[in-house]
Amino acid sequence: MSTVDTKGFSLSKVFLYIGLLIWLVFSVFPFYWMIVTASRGTSSIFSYPPHLTFGSDLVVNTQHLLANIPFFRSMLNSVFVSGSITLLHLFFCSLAGFAFAKYEFPAKKQLFYLMLATMMVPGQLGLVPSFIIMKTFHWVNTYYALIIPGAASAFGIFWLKQFSESTIHDDLLNAGRIDGCGNFRLYYHVALPIMRPTLTAFGIFSFMGSWNDYLWPLIILNDPVRYTIQVTLSSLNGIYFKDYGMVMAGTLYATIPLLVLFAIFSNKLMGAVTVGAIKS
Amino acid sequence: MDAAAPTPGKEVLNIPVKKVRTLHEIKKHTSIYLFISPFYILFLVFGLFPILFSLFLSLQSWDGLDTMKFIGFKNFQMLLQDGDFWQAVGNTFTIWFEQTIIMLFLSLVIAFLLNSAFVKLRSVWRFTYFLPNVTSLVAQTVLFYIFFSPKYGTIDYFIQKAGVAPIDWLNSNFWLQISIAIIGIWRWTGYNALIYLAGLQSIPDELYEAAKIDGATTTQSFFRITIPILRPIVLFTVIMSTIGGMQIFTEPQILTGGNGGPGGGGMTMVLYLYNQAFSNHLFGYASAIAWVLFIIILIFSLVNSLIIRRLSSK
Repeated sequence: MSTVDTKGFSLSKVFLYIGLLIWLVFSVFPFYWMIVTASRGTSSIFSYPPHLTFGSDLVVNTQHLLANIPFFRSMLNSVFVSGSITLLHLFFCSLAGFAFAKYEFPAKKQLFYLMLATMMVPGQLGLVPSFIIMKTFHWVNTYYALIIPGAASAFGIFWLKQFSESTIHDDLLNAGRIDGCGNFRLYYHVALPIMRPTLTAFGIFSFMGSWNDYLWPLIILNDPVRYTIQVTLSSLNGIYFKDYGMVMAGTLYATIPLLVLFAIFSNKLMGAVTVGAIKS
Repeated sequence: MDAAAPTPGKEVLNIPVKKVRTLHEIKKHTSIYLFISPFYILFLVFGLFPILFSLFLSLQSWDGLDTMKFIGFKNFQMLLQDGDFWQAVGNTFTIWFEQTIIMLFLSLVIAFLLNSAFVKLRSVWRFTYFLPNVTSLVAQTVLFYIFFSPKYGTIDYFIQKAGVAPIDWLNSNFWLQISIAIIGIWRWTGYNALIYLAGLQSIPDELYEAAKIDGATTTQSFFRITIPILRPIVLFTVIMSTIGGMQIFTEPQILTGGNGGPGGGGMTMVLYLYNQAFSNHLFGYASAIAWVLFIIILIFSLVNSLIIRRLSSK
């Protein structure tokens, strides 16, 4: 609001910054603590009073981690699963979003509302039968069970439809048609390049979402070599809770890739989150 | 591909036309139907079919291996008398409520603070406030376990230093639920604050200036301009936190090792469903649970949307 004095020193400013700082400390302290605990032995983590500074056991903890479980294999598994989901998700959602935004066809409205309605159905309703389906497909303990069901989503189609509607101009599409482009070529050569900035944001969004998936991989995967990183982390916590320094080293390494990703794309990601909420 | 489609997309008429015309239209748009088909196929196989199948399963007694036995509504009768289940329902709503109320309050405060004209380095604040949302929930819960851990927990250390008696976070129902709520609050407060901030910034300054010229006080413009614009955004975030809150699973599963804690205060609806299905192999019973959960969530959403409609018509 422009009514507030923007220059000079005042008491309300001090309170304001104190308020902001308190939440900043709350937000950052756990990350700091993650590094502190990952660099200490278990006895030192649970000593009283706790040590508030970095220790020197990060290397030892890391060695334990790698000796006990296929940690980096789990990271690779997660990269593979989340990467595949993201690519398929981007392709199918942008294709459908483009179709809904730029074409009129019979039953379009009904199909669109049907799609939106599916968002209301809570996922856990079909948890048991989904597992049984995967069993009949012989997909238990495979990545198909993780990747295929997540290849397209109502949310993604809705998002990309909203974006395509306002940014892809009909003139461009008509020009393409005159040049003899079919619908798929229109999508590939006209729509896709225009959608690229949103697709980046949306892609990171889906990548992080599936990277953090826990319940479904926990049900589907039963071979530790195939575990995704979340399942590994939680089983690590369950089995090796006596070696907490090691568990925290694992937690730290599992968090870093996401932080790096976020550091690179933070503006895009935050923009996408807020714009989505305001528009809907 | 449909190379011979000369009609520009937007120009097709919306008037109801004869069947022949519709058939022709459908044929002409074959490739478009193909474009949108993956979602519907996936939904049929991995969405709709499982739901219908779970209705069928809920009437059976089945451990997933032997032959199924039809038992009618027995699963539902058992469920109605299953105290553990109803406790889980109560727990879930309690955790959701604690989490949502505190989170809403904090994120609104943060959004207003950040929106003050003289705040410097807004992007730095935004970046750090968003960070908690970037960690995985599993990693976060494993980490927060140390904060809450019974004897040597980090939080207890700090509150003891402040002269408060230590809290047995994970062993009493009340504090276990608060612990789970805290994990959610840490994760989502900054996220929601940024959404509110974007809402606040979408209000043009001219609106406030015009109100000022018309003689409105700051309080008046707050209640007449800021609140009405922010209301739908707040409702959106409440809906999102309801959807998430009803499905809480990861935090209690990891904090309590899956058993819901000594007093069962951390047993949530989805954790209970998971245990019945995948630990006890009661697939029929678990399907009945899923349906009752669905009905509970449905009623809750209806009540929710009724309240929303009343609020937004004010």
